[in-house]
Amino acid sequence: MAALEIHNVRKEFGSERVLKDVSISIDSGEFLILVGPSGCGKSTLMNAIAGLEPVTSGNIYIDGEDVTWRTPADRDIAMVFQSYALYPSMTVRQNISFGLEMRKVPKAEREAAVERVADLLQITHLLERKPAQLSGGQRQRVAMGRALAREPKVYLFDEPLSNLDAKLRVDMRTEIKKLHQRLGTTIVYVTHDQVEAMTLADCIAVMRDGHILQLGSPDEVYNNPVDMFVAGFMGSPSMNFIRASLENNNGGYQLRIATPGEDELVLPWPEERIAADMAERLNQPVILGLRPEHFSEEDERLTSQAEGTLLSASVAVVEPTGADILLRLPLGEQEVTARVGPKCAVAAGERLALRVDMGRAILFDAETEQRIA
Amino acid sequence: MANVIRRQTPAARLGRGLLYGVLILAALFYILPLVVMLMTSVKPLSEISAGSLLSFPQNPTFAPWTKAWGEACTGMRCDGVGGYFWNSFAIVIPAVLISTTIGALNGYALTKWRFKGSELVFALMLFGCFIPFQVVLLPMAQTLGWLGISSSRAGLILVHVVFGIAFTTLFFRNFYVGIPNELVSAAKLDGAGFFRIFWRILLPVSAPIIVVSVIWQFTQIWNDFLFGVAFSAHNTQPVTVALNNLVNTSTGVREYNVDMAAAMIAALPTLVVYVLAGKYFVRGLTAGSVKG
Repeated sequence: MAALEIHNVRKEFGSERVLKDVSISIDSGEFLILVGPSGCGKSTLMNAIAGLEPVTSGNIYIDGEDVTWRTPADRDIAMVFQSYALYPSMTVRQNISFGLEMRKVPKAEREAAVERVADLLQITHLLERKPAQLSGGQRQRVAMGRALAREPKVYLFDEPLSNLDAKLRVDMRTEIKKLHQRLGTTIVYVTHDQVEAMTLADCIAVMRDGHILQLGSPDEVYNNPVDMFVAGFMGSPSMNFIRASLENNNGGYQLRIATPGEDELVLPWPEERIAADMAERLNQPVILGLRPEHFSEEDERLTSQAEGTLLSASVAVVEPTGADILLRLPLGEQEVTARVGPKCAVAAGERLALRVDMGRAILFDAETEQRIA
Repeated sequence: MANVIRRQTPAARLGRGLLYGVLILAALFYILPLVVMLMTSVKPLSEISAGSLLSFPQNPTFAPWTKAWGEACTGMRCDGVGGYFWNSFAIVIPAVLISTTIGALNGYALTKWRFKGSELVFALMLFGCFIPFQVVLLPMAQTLGWLGISSSRAGLILVHVVFGIAFTTLFFRNFYVGIPNELVSAAKLDGAGFFRIFWRILLPVSAPIIVVSVIWQFTQIWNDFLFGVAFSAHNTQPVTVALNNLVNTSTGVREYNVDMAAAMIAALPTLVVYVLAGKYFVRGLTAGSVKG
């Protein structure tokens, strides 16, 4: 049975429609991530699930029960807030046991629950402290402990890592993933950080303007995005979008990229990836989507079987990250980013031959920004 | 230790010297009335009529104080201001507590449980801060009559509570606006209700603003004269009204020393409250939000 089901939920603030017919269903133990730019409605959806804001229409089911009009307390959920929202006047121990106390759990059980989560999150030594005496990472742990103590059906995480510094964020991310694997809890997690989404989720819902654009596994969302927004939002550095026109090539297709003042660039489209409606778009402008890792140095092996297409370009900027090197190079009218191995000895201004893995390239309609192939 | 880097040229030093000179003079000017009152209140009457206002007392005596407290005539009666002093406390303490409590609840509801029109309600309450006392004297007298509590302490308490709520609501509302709403959301998810969240989450962090509200209300109500004179009977008068009566009751020689002692007695509680809690008053007024 679905642990959480959201059915045609709408939310309007006056005439502004913040959520437009959102439907999601996740199974028990699944990790769902709502991701999108600010103002996309993900936090509103989270608040609707929590019961902190009423929905305009639609239904929310937790464990099969309709909770749309139940108070937050009666939904059997727990939430970790972006600002942690620890009760400033209470010690860590009181913070963790407050929810149990409100639910009239006997004192002995409360103590046991506090010990259990404190042990789990390694915050036993902090139990008698006040929130003001804790560091950011410690507050984060306490906030999670408060949610874990009650063992609710669904956990809600509202951008829990966005107030932490970069290194701590990566550590806590791993920790959340470990906790999820260990406890098998159902989690809904809101973030605007696509790396968090990719690394944590079983299921990602990419949102924009109150819609869910795509709902799928991280692999699906990353490799098979439904439109240019999803393709551009997921992945860092983000996908390159190259203006091209679709042409006929002996029964197959090819993409011509206008390169003013240079030899023109033609990339053949792999036969096995020809989509049905490509024929109607012949000689029309399209957008070719290539991720930085779809480029590689000429002599490197390609991940897909297809022979990569060679192109040569002069390098504008070289950005070594340590693990690999990001190259900025002009391609047609735009500059693209390519990710090459750390050993690539190229300097800015030099020409470099690169292979393009067209087997993984993605084609979008230039007008609607929807995916073609 | 100096924690400011300043220019150390002779002209800058001279300028700063002048600045301090002016400030010290201004401070002396402000403290002067209090000093004169205090000196006059411990002088025997003969010294007052003979010496100047600013001369130090030659034979200090506390007789004027005891007279002001227990024997001086206020109108027809001659039992000092002592009884009225306690009257004032009997009015001020309940009025301060009630108005602060209601203000805190109002501020909490207006910020953490917003409802349609809550901003309008707040704007109207704010308007209450600007209503001149004189305007409501007659309607208030009428209302107290209907309620059957005219000329009683309960009536005066009610009047002060009604007037105080506008200010206390303003204080608490502005303080609670700075407390993150997520705290309340978290408590709701934890299963706490309206009063429980107030009592367990918000009240424990409200000490600074409670101090502000209590000092403000205490000073306002203690110093009130108009409502006191309009809505009290002779046995429920606050000390401010008694002081007025004492000063205006002249039989023969004007006893300035007794007048001054009575005035000191009437002013003492607000002075004490200010000295003891003034630090928290300033701190509470400037407190933006609560860390944590």
